[in-house]
Amino acid sequence: MPKNNGDLLLEMHGISKSFPGVQALDKVDFTARRGEVVALIGENGAGKSTLMKILGGVYRYDEGRIVLRGEEVVFRSPHHAQQLGVSTIYQELNLTTNQTVGENIFLGRQPRLPGILGALGLIDRRAEREGALKHLKHLGVPIDPRARVSELSVAKQQLVEIAKALSFDSDILIMDEPTAALPDEEVHRLFGLIRSLKQQGLAIIFVSHRLEEVMEIADRIVVLRDGQLVGDVPIAEVTVQKIIQMMVGRTITDMYVKDKIEPGEPVLEVRNLTRKGVLSDVSLTVRAGEIVGLGGLIGAGRTETARAIFGVDPIDSGQIFVRGKPVRIDSPRSAIQHGIGYVPEDRKQQGLILIMAVRENIALARLPEMADLGWVRSGEVNQLANSMVEQLRIRTPGLQQQVMYLSGGNQQKVVVSKWLALNPRVLILDEPTRGVDVGAKAEIHGLINQLAKQGIAVLLISSELPELLGMSDRILVMCRGRIAGELQRHEFSQEAVIALASGAEQLATEA
Amino acid sequence: MARSTEKVQALTAGEQMQRGLAGILRAKETGTLAALLMMCLALTVTTRAFLTEDNLFDVIRGFSFVAIAGLGQIIVMLTGGIDLSVGSTMGFAGWIAAILLAGTSRGSTEVTPEILASGFAGPLNFPAATLIAILAGAGIGAVNGLLVTRVRLAPFIATLGTLSIFRGILVGFTEGWTQRIYQPQFLFMGQGYLARVPVPIIIMVVLAVLVFLFLTRTVWGTNIFAVGGSEAAAKMSGVPVRNTKFMAYVLCGALAGIGGILMSAKLGVAMPTAGQGYELDVIAAVVIGGTSLAGGEGTVWGVLIGAAIMGVLRNGLVLWNVPAYWRESFIGLVIIVAATVDQFRSLRRP
Repeated sequence: MPKNNGDLLLEMHGISKSFPGVQALDKVDFTARRGEVVALIGENGAGKSTLMKILGGVYRYDEGRIVLRGEEVVFRSPHHAQQLGVSTIYQELNLTTNQTVGENIFLGRQPRLPGILGALGLIDRRAEREGALKHLKHLGVPIDPRARVSELSVAKQQLVEIAKALSFDSDILIMDEPTAALPDEEVHRLFGLIRSLKQQGLAIIFVSHRLEEVMEIADRIVVLRDGQLVGDVPIAEVTVQKIIQMMVGRTITDMYVKDKIEPGEPVLEVRNLTRKGVLSDVSLTVRAGEIVGLGGLIGAGRTETARAIFGVDPIDSGQIFVRGKPVRIDSPRSAIQHGIGYVPEDRKQQGLILIMAVRENIALARLPEMADLGWVRSGEVNQLANSMVEQLRIRTPGLQQQVMYLSGGNQQKVVVSKWLALNPRVLILDEPTRGVDVGAKAEIHGLINQLAKQGIAVLLISSELPELLGMSDRILVMCRGRIAGELQRHEFSQEAVIALASGAEQLATEA
Repeated sequence: MARSTEKVQALTAGEQMQRGLAGILRAKETGTLAALLMMCLALTVTTRAFLTEDNLFDVIRGFSFVAIAGLGQIIVMLTGGIDLSVGSTMGFAGWIAAILLAGTSRGSTEVTPEILASGFAGPLNFPAATLIAILAGAGIGAVNGLLVTRVRLAPFIATLGTLSIFRGILVGFTEGWTQRIYQPQFLFMGQGYLARVPVPIIIMVVLAVLVFLFLTRTVWGTNIFAVGGSEAAAKMSGVPVRNTKFMAYVLCGALAGIGGILMSAKLGVAMPTAGQGYELDVIAAVVIGGTSLAGGEGTVWGVLIGAAIMGVLRNGLVLWNVPAYWRESFIGLVIIVAATVDQFRSLRRP
């Protein structure tokens, strides 16, 4: 069969799938052609991941059929899907980080030595290395097949995963939020690679929340909402605003409505915070009612700063003042006692206890206050949880629902409400809207503004420039463990932040 | 019965009751309970001896010691840990009680004139001796807790070590001799009846209620679930992770101690081999009852059902005349089946 760009490669007809209590997909059609980048978008819970996992052989579907290269197929397993040429690159990469790049690419199908040795299971290391090198070169990726995966950057690990996928002769590549963990320059490199794969006749299914990127890379977008197909249009016919409209089914006007708040007294002051090799001389002040943005590239030390302030990681030197008084913070517990709350970047591992109920997650940090000699006053906890659910509009079937079943946005609201329960003076938000859908994002932004209005000092870490620029009163930009510069609101621009973050200004002054 | 779906908002006392009922009916333990009832039904139909008051109470008393130790084990397992030393702790605590009551560490099996003269009393009276024995169990738990939280040993290794250490101390001190116990109040705890119900069963039920309340209604209980659910998130929320774990091991030791004390009271002797291998029964009971080895999930109710399944199975093997040499493999089979069923259940998650 000739492989021409534009050939229909994949057709999914009327795919339905339900989980107990949820119709995840309802008669969804989906197609992909050779040489095409299809962006699959929708709010969290819209059914993107379900559709993707059906295509990846992870889930069975209840109804519908899949036609691959003109033949009807049934994927029996992820492995089977891969053998049929459909490879998925998940956001959480599937690499064995303790092994080498070459071992990873040939995992489960290692080339054997010839003859009896091979029959005994001995691996032909040279063939493995050379084969891996061939695949990596094909991608134009300079990675040594002998390197251990754990030593590579996330971006490079992702490339290894792509090389592995292509080594199966895949012609359909599904990428789930491939840019979520990548710094900007790596995103551009990845897009270059995607374009060249497209030229080679692959179909790429690109799942992302970042609409700017979708506009840049996709040829066509497929939008899902509540398990239903709501749009399948060429990229030329849409705008970001229009996509958002399709996703949420309503118009979101002006994502960032910033209320003018007159900042009060300094609440959190950090002086010369230093942690060898990680942070050097980090000083910052956040006043009551102020939202201070902390920008910078991944690895610039933003999360590390937050963790040091919150007492998670030890510091080598530096001082922290809360409302003018020096405080000693050596654990999250002591930070909490001083009125500091921290919404961590990694919501699922550090923000929430996924298997616990909404009620317990909300009350966890405040529980000691709501107990007599350890005996929890249940009524009070229910009251607190109820009022938080109401106040923050957390969508949950009940207080007893385990938080793992909530959508990303609602999960994040649970984390935020855990801190609000304590009436904090300072709230540090680390990537509060990562992996959160557009509607919930706007709600969280509104919430942050509201908190500032109540006089909470907010330190906002965000890799998303529009969010950082839209929400902050001031922005501090970090670069290589230092504060590289401060921007006042009238100086705000994406370029200014990027310049500071990439160390451009520093280089200029040093030169 | 309406399962009241998931719209449980937990507001009024009535709704809380309803929630409690819904909790009992929630799938996980219902499956194991059904298995237990099916076993009981099969035994009732195929044997005459099973469904008699005497036999049932015998069976329940038989597994009550394991169940009580299981109530401690679940606390540790909810934190994501494991305590392999419970069998040794049971034997150790039972022996401590025996020597405190009998007055010698190397007792003869006969009633000596001295013992008769002292009115069967050792150096300590019954409540003090029992309390000290429980504290000895808690002490072993504290050693485990320190090894896990301060020395940061893996729970499996730390408690594997203390399993041998305390069994060794026990055998060393007794030089293999069995200690007889005569103190009547003490023996009553293991052998007596209150309103026709064997005392160990009553103690088991009381402890189960206490542990249930501890786990579900107190700050410490919530912290235990939180630590097992995600240690990182618990720490970030200000939960004192190390103290929580430490306390779990101490309570586990104390409860294993109580189980061991009752066991020696039932037998009327403290043997240096008492409780040997019980750690496996205890852990099996907890796991059959649906407690996750990864921590964070499990119920007291499940422990009781798990212990009951083990107990009923042992009884059934006897009633069905399965040769003693083969019984162990049946028990292993049941553990595997229960774990398999649980595996399928957890696969249903999105």
